[in-house]
Amino acid sequence: MVSASVNRAVQTVYTMWLREMIRFSRSKSRIIGALATPLFFLVILGAGFSSSFQVRGGGAFDKSYLAPGLIGMSVLFASLMGGVSIIWDREFGFLKEILIAPVSRFFVALGKAIGGVTTAMIQGILIMIIAWLIGVHYISIWGVLAAIAIMFISGIGFIGLGIALASRIESHEGFQMVMSFLTMPLVLLSGAFFPISNLPGWLKTLVYANPLTYGVEALRFCLLGSSTIPILLSITVLILFAFLMIALGGKLFGKMSV
Amino acid sequence: MIKPSVMGISIIFKNNMTHQNMLYAIETQGITKHFDEITAVNKVSIFVKPGELFGLLGPNGAGKTTLIHMLSTMTEPSSGGAKVWGYDVAREPGSVRQNIGVVFQDTTLDDRLTGRENLDLHGRLYGLDSKTRKKRIEEVLSLVELADRADVLVKTYSGGMMRRLEIARGLMHHPHVLFLDEPTLGLDPQTRLHIWEYIKKLNKEEGVSIMLTTHYMEEADHLCDRIAIIDHGEIVALDTPESLKTMLGGDVIMLELENPDDISRLCEIYQKNGCANIVTEKMNEVFITVKNGERQIPHVLSLASNAGISIQSVSLRKPTLDDVFIHYTGRAIRDKEGSEIETVGYKIRSRRK
Ligand SMILES: Nc1ncnc2c1ncn2[C@@H]1O[C@H](COP(=O)(O)OP(=O)(O)O)[C@@H](O)[C@H]1O
Ligand SMILES: [Mg+2]
Repeated sequence: MVSASVNRAVQTVYTMWLREMIRFSRSKSRIIGALATPLFFLVILGAGFSSSFQVRGGGAFDKSYLAPGLIGMSVLFASLMGGVSIIWDREFGFLKEILIAPVSRFFVALGKAIGGVTTAMIQGILIMIIAWLIGVHYISIWGVLAAIAIMFISGIGFIGLGIALASRIESHEGFQMVMSFLTMPLVLLSGAFFPISNLPGWLKTLVYANPLTYGVEALRFCLLGSSTIPILLSITVLILFAFLMIALGGKLFGKMSV
Repeated sequence: MIKPSVMGISIIFKNNMTHQNMLYAIETQGITKHFDEITAVNKVSIFVKPGELFGLLGPNGAGKTTLIHMLSTMTEPSSGGAKVWGYDVAREPGSVRQNIGVVFQDTTLDDRLTGRENLDLHGRLYGLDSKTRKKRIEEVLSLVELADRADVLVKTYSGGMMRRLEIARGLMHHPHVLFLDEPTLGLDPQTRLHIWEYIKKLNKEEGVSIMLTTHYMEEADHLCDRIAIIDHGEIVALDTPESLKTMLGGDVIMLELENPDDISRLCEIYQKNGCANIVTEKMNEVFITVKNGERQIPHVLSLASNAGISIQSVSLRKPTLDDVFIHYTGRAIRDKEGSEIETVGYKIRSRRK
């Protein structure tokens, strides 16, 4: 009895994951679009700034410094998008097919989340590889693997947030609002584009309240070997954020009606 | 006023999956749904037998979709209750879901996937193992004759193909009860006939109990064992199509008057002479229902001419469900149709992206 329901839960998560994978594999233009933005940043910002800035007490502010920030940013975009895509499922009707199935909605949401995070990780890994190809040095293969784990944990947090928002937002106009009012501040206040060691007090508060900061800092530690925020603190915050958001997303999704 | 014709009569179960104490595939007890001020469904009590093909006939806004949503556990009733396949929709939604298939009014396919992928995902969500899924996908695809288009994206399907795929998908997990909400809405007449065939076939061959909604008279008449006519959220009549029609008491004579002002006087005359049912639909048309219509026409006409009322044309026909609907609601179902708009909506919904 217990094993049957575990089986069913795994099957539900896998089904939702599978759907995201099939859809992802069919949207090549979207993937290229998603990769283009961070790569422009990497090449142009990296080249333009490398000569003129020096991070106090650390390495140069160049493309190596930017790479973890851009990976973090693309993971943020892809995971929020993955969660919020529930709005599209509602708009185009497929949500009803999911909601009427005799399965736990929590595992439906979890499957959707893991699917979205997988696509986010694929995009993050692609940027990591391209950055490496154009000359960004990573400290070790273990660091790279740890970075992938960081992508997963932070992705889960943001997709949980996306699902929670999607369960409350009625229309895709609302979705546009959220995307611009949420993603830009999260990215700009994260230390993806500037060192966070010497910030004025108000800015520091905002940056330290932003979960993406911890994702970027953890990636920086894993890939480059040093970070302003201690790695253990980053990981703790990310894990807490992931659990909190997936619980919230699962809960709100469970209450959702069509 | 409404009496399910099988109340209290024992039913022989062909299907040994039927669990004990279950007399009806669907039974509702005063089920009601309020939206703000609107009462979408008002104290509906319906009893559908296992294996029956049951129709809900009513104009747009009658409450058909809301009723289907409550029975399929998508919406909670405001009051009253229902059992589907013996399970209470409020207390055992999981068991209800496992035993029903639903084809909603608007498409719920993922059009970025192929037909086969849509079926496969459905099978997985309902816990079918890989072997069963493969076998069942072939079965349902051949039932709706979509096998040759199963591997192209649903985006490229026509409205009729999407409907067939949805019906196939609703059957994947061998439901005992299938809900079809306006299964032929917006389809061309030819495709509609095809879908009717599939619905009949799966009711017979798969033994599924079916509740379908429609605002097409011919559809209800052609397909359903019994029909409930629903208007403003209430059941106004419930019986077999034949009984509903014969209940009117004969044939329908339609008289077109030269002068609309005469209409009430004429109705009065016919009433005094014992016509079973008199309805005026347009300003200058009177429908009367009489036994042996052919023989009665001369009498009907002479009554009019004796009163000095001139008749422009006269026609005679067997009663249709239209007449039944007019009888119970005082208006034609077409008056509120608006199906053009819904059709376009359906197409746009399924094409956008
Ligand atoms: N979610 C809702 N909120 C408010 N009113 C609704 C909602 N759904 C349906 N209604 C109203 O309930 C009535 C019945 O609608 P519906 O069940 O869709 O009818 P039908 O399917 O017979 O066309 C209509 O007046 C409709 O406007
Ligand atoms: Mg409807």
